Amino acid sequence: MGRRVAIVGTGHSKFGVRLDVSLAELAYESIREALDEARIGLDDVDLVVVGNAGGWSSEPLPAIVVNEYSGLSGKATLRVEAACSTGSSAIKVARDAIASGDAEVVLVVGVEKMNESPTPTVVEFIGRAGNYFWEFENYGLTFPGYYALYATAYMFNYGASEEDFCQVAVKNHYYASMNPKAQFQRRITVEDCMKSRYVAWPIKLYDSSPITDGSAAVILASEDVVGKITDSPIWIEAIGASSDTSNLSKRQNFLGLDAARKAALQAYKKAGLDPEGVVKQLDLAEVHDCFTIAEVMAYEDLGFARRGEGVKLVRESQTYIGGLIPVNLSGGLKAKGHPIGATGVSMAVEIARQLWGRVERGRQAPVKVGRGLAHNVGGTGHYAYVTLYSLSKPRG
Amino acid sequence: MSQREQADAFIKQMEEFSETMKRSVGVPAIIDPRSGITMWYDQRELKLRYILSVERIKKFFEALSEGKVLATRCKATGTILFPPQVDCPEAPGSEVEWVEMPVEGELLTWTVINIKPYSFSHYDDYIVGIARMANGVNVLAWVRCRDPSKLKPGMKVKLVVVKREPEGYLTYELEPVEC
Repeated sequence: MGRRVAIVGTGHSKFGVRLDVSLAELAYESIREALDEARIGLDDVDLVVVGNAGGWSSEPLPAIVVNEYSGLSGKATLRVEAACSTGSSAIKVARDAIASGDAEVVLVVGVEKMNESPTPTVVEFIGRAGNYFWEFENYGLTFPGYYALYATAYMFNYGASEEDFCQVAVKNHYYASMNPKAQFQRRITVEDCMKSRYVAWPIKLYDSSPITDGSAAVILASEDVVGKITDSPIWIEAIGASSDTSNLSKRQNFLGLDAARKAALQAYKKAGLDPEGVVKQLDLAEVHDCFTIAEVMAYEDLGFARRGEGVKLVRESQTYIGGLIPVNLSGGLKAKGHPIGATGVSMAVEIARQLWGRVERGRQAPVKVGRGLAHNVGGTGHYAYVTLYSLSKPRG
Repeated sequence: MSQREQADAFIKQMEEFSETMKRSVGVPAIIDPRSGITMWYDQRELKLRYILSVERIKKFFEALSEGKVLATRCKATGTILFPPQVDCPEAPGSEVEWVEMPVEGELLTWTVINIKPYSFSHYDDYIVGIARMANGVNVLAWVRCRDPSKLKPGMKVKLVVVKREPEGYLTYELEPVEC
């Protein structure tokens, strides 16, 4: 188990089409904010973990480019990648380095500059993210296409409708409208969503997260030094991690993501939470809504709803503040934006700030139990990380 | 205009802009019309085409020319491996043998790809589906059907070898019995 680890500083750039900044400038926006918030200097950092998926952006070695720009050259560093869950995998690598005793303070920065390539190229890169030779080379799947295979199966099996999925987009745009860091500030209606064009039937443009540039950073510290840095650490209580086959054809059904379910159970077990009544033990969740169907499946994979009943939570508005459990008060990937390598770190920043009670009015969750959950999925359930963040120091 | 033509026209426009800028200010700076932000139009282009090893699974490709789709079977456990692979991780060291995939299957799920990756942007919208074949093994492929609204889960499909045009190479697709 090792030493306990906490977040002691957070940084978050404005998400969106950030043509105004380079990859390094974008990363530094978050790095500087996180260092300022923790009130530590560059000398205090033992290791820099950079989360970046890349391909669409020009720098093949993002870690060293970001570090040089940020005055961090010379530090131990590495770039990590786990598709859309890159950010959470970066946090895990950093957490493990501290828990093992190898580092005291680690800077984790997730950054993605997707708009360095034209949209059809970005669509191609993400479409190749699965099993390139057997499922892309001949069949040209896209990221919405992969999730659409799940959406179709879910709709026919459980009687969900496209309108149901659009409700998820409406909620996430609603909360994003109060988040100044979000890519989309405009609220939408179910009608707006239903009228948007199909990108991969039955998934429409408004069911989809956008192509986003953005960065987010957290400073992690060991329990031995946390007290010197802050009196309000956010502890990493547990991380559950799992994966699934690269070929979607190897999956047994298309109604939920096995990797996410396994990661959740692992995290609950490590934290000693009862998977049956988990919603009562959480103040909020940030879930991986790269597409609206993904948020519905997340409710079920995380145990917020039974199989096939995630859609009921949507219909009953149970995932707004005041419902069963508030989900994606940041606007989610759908409306806050989804800069691939930054997303998992952005979830950590959001949950920390929620637990500190410092997000904007109208989207602040009531903090009663002092715990938030991040559900971060890479690819189409290829990777899954479920991370529990807590105001209370975990049991040793 | 096809999605390919649109994508190419967009690039051509930026290229022309950057040429104009090189002549006027000396560098390939381009201005985003929406935001007025200055960007650099990359003067280096990377063409990316991989050369992949299929030596150990070449039987699969030989069989396509006979109209067959092959899988491998782990001799020790009987597990069918599709896509075919020559190693059997559940029984290390065990050999695999080549077996034919059944032609009959049932559609599990599908989608229609409307917005395409660049390298697929010359095609009309295409359907990608996953079928469970008679041996219990799933296959993901294009579904040959003009009207996707006719598709239903559980619909009978056949696994067929086809020539993919305009590239002109053999691959496999799923053909609904009625569509």
